[in-house]
Amino acid sequence: MEKKELVCIGCPMGCVMQVEMEGEEVLSVSGNTCTKGERYARKEVTDPTRIVTTTVKVKNGTAERVPVKTKSDIPKGKIFGCLRALKNVEAIAPVRIGDVILKNVAGTGVDIVATKDVEAR
Amino acid sequence: MEQYEIVIIGGGPAGLAAAVSARNAGAGQILILERDKELGGILNQCIHNGFGLHTFKEELTGPEYAARFISQVEELGIEYRLHTMVMDIDRKKVITAMSREKGMYQIQAKAVILAMGCRERPRGALNIPGYRPAGIYSAGTAQRLVNIEGLLPGRKVVILGSGDIGLIMARRMTMEGASVQVVAELMPYSGGLKRNIVQCLDDFGIPLKLSHTVIDIKGKERVEGITLAAVDEKGVPIPGTEEEYECDTLLLSVGLIPENELSSQIGVTLNPVTSGPIVDESLETDVEGVFACGNVLHVHDLVDFVSEEAAAAGKNAARYVDKFLKKENIYGKEEADPYHGQSQAAVSLIPTGGVRYTVPSIIHPDRMQEEQVVRFRVGRVYYNCYINVYLNGERLLHRKRPVMAPGEMEQIKLKESWFANVPKNAEMTIQIEEA
Repeated sequence: MEKKELVCIGCPMGCVMQVEMEGEEVLSVSGNTCTKGERYARKEVTDPTRIVTTTVKVKNGTAERVPVKTKSDIPKGKIFGCLRALKNVEAIAPVRIGDVILKNVAGTGVDIVATKDVEAR
Repeated sequence: MEQYEIVIIGGGPAGLAAAVSARNAGAGQILILERDKELGGILNQCIHNGFGLHTFKEELTGPEYAARFISQVEELGIEYRLHTMVMDIDRKKVITAMSREKGMYQIQAKAVILAMGCRERPRGALNIPGYRPAGIYSAGTAQRLVNIEGLLPGRKVVILGSGDIGLIMARRMTMEGASVQVVAELMPYSGGLKRNIVQCLDDFGIPLKLSHTVIDIKGKERVEGITLAAVDEKGVPIPGTEEEYECDTLLLSVGLIPENELSSQIGVTLNPVTSGPIVDESLETDVEGVFACGNVLHVHDLVDFVSEEAAAAGKNAARYVDKFLKKENIYGKEEADPYHGQSQAAVSLIPTGGVRYTVPSIIHPDRMQEEQVVRFRVGRVYYNCYINVYLNGERLLHRKRPVMAPGEMEQIKLKESWFANVPKNAEMTIQIEEA
């Protein structure tokens, strides 16, 4: 049996929670004050995911960079893989919010989309 | 002189929401004046997600959140001017503005909405000894350099202050290849959201040192390192706890100050606790027809609440213009107008027992809505306590809160019915009761 400790992000209370696990299976969650805490803990220890936001270069635009994000959350462990994949990507103006900048980033099956309009110069 | 019904100073989240709401409430000629090259304000550089959960029930990035309001402004045909700096506003609501194209010019407004936002507390406000080397940035400046200009301000970074912008920048700099050594916080608790501590620091193994501060900055031309020390409960560094950190960059995330130079020029009275204007239930300042909303009024934790507050200010400004000014031209008239003459009672809201301030701080019962939102912040972390509201000694609200922290804005709703037979100049106290 494995024990993990994590801090809940649900509210400023910041409950310190203990999770007991057997392989991938969650045996128990303790230390939480509400059900939000337990839900967060179960997800966080079995399948932690994050939305990744960064910027990429824009060619021929009114701005140097365009902000982008993963269209949905990706596994936490793939954050830096995602950033590496975007390192040399260049968007071409005009860019519209929601435009796909890179498909299937770092093998996650998730696209990178623009989060701001950038007009052509 | 050009004339507008409502002129809004600032095209950030507060100005945009105020404009949309004023138009929806029937105001005709509205003008937004913005000094930057685009609308959206600080949201343009906040490329991280987490905005809009309350307003749109989804998580948006800053630019996406701004775009929702900008497109409404465009659709409603609301006029705005970019690259325009407001230099002065006088008591008669004559606005002096300046731009490259138009030079210096004046606009007569019937109502003014102050939505200038806030700025970051600089190094000069902190009394850290040392030279003035390059490499010391406010977290927001670094955010602009990285996210808008595509420049990395440094490679080895220490962050002082654990406000949300500092935490967000710890993650951002790490993602861009910098090494963030430590985040130091003077207080025994963080000023940022729990979620940001976990997702911006813990995710990347960046240590957070509470009750610590920077006591020395080394380097003459460029930052070469800093000295960190633990502080006692009074915030005084404890000898013998010094630690040296090698770094080329120090980011400061040590608080925000509402930007009220213009408000002072008009003659608006400021609250020394918030550094923002004192306002009543209509978010109107003590200069008639001048309203305030967003971070210029008090620093908010979430932009959703800025939008909500600004919408109220916009609606009230439209009502002011419509009901009380269309009938009669009051320009040049010095005495109080009938709108203000009408108010019989004015109830002062008195923050006590842990409540630092309230917005609004005055309620005119005859002008309030059925429910009135009051926002405030507490002075320290409280567990298992109650928010109490008393009016003339009678307890009207007793709400349990499992936890309250200075970093999060609190809100309560006052009911119009409570004020039914309230005497003139009554006092309402809002306090925290510990269990």
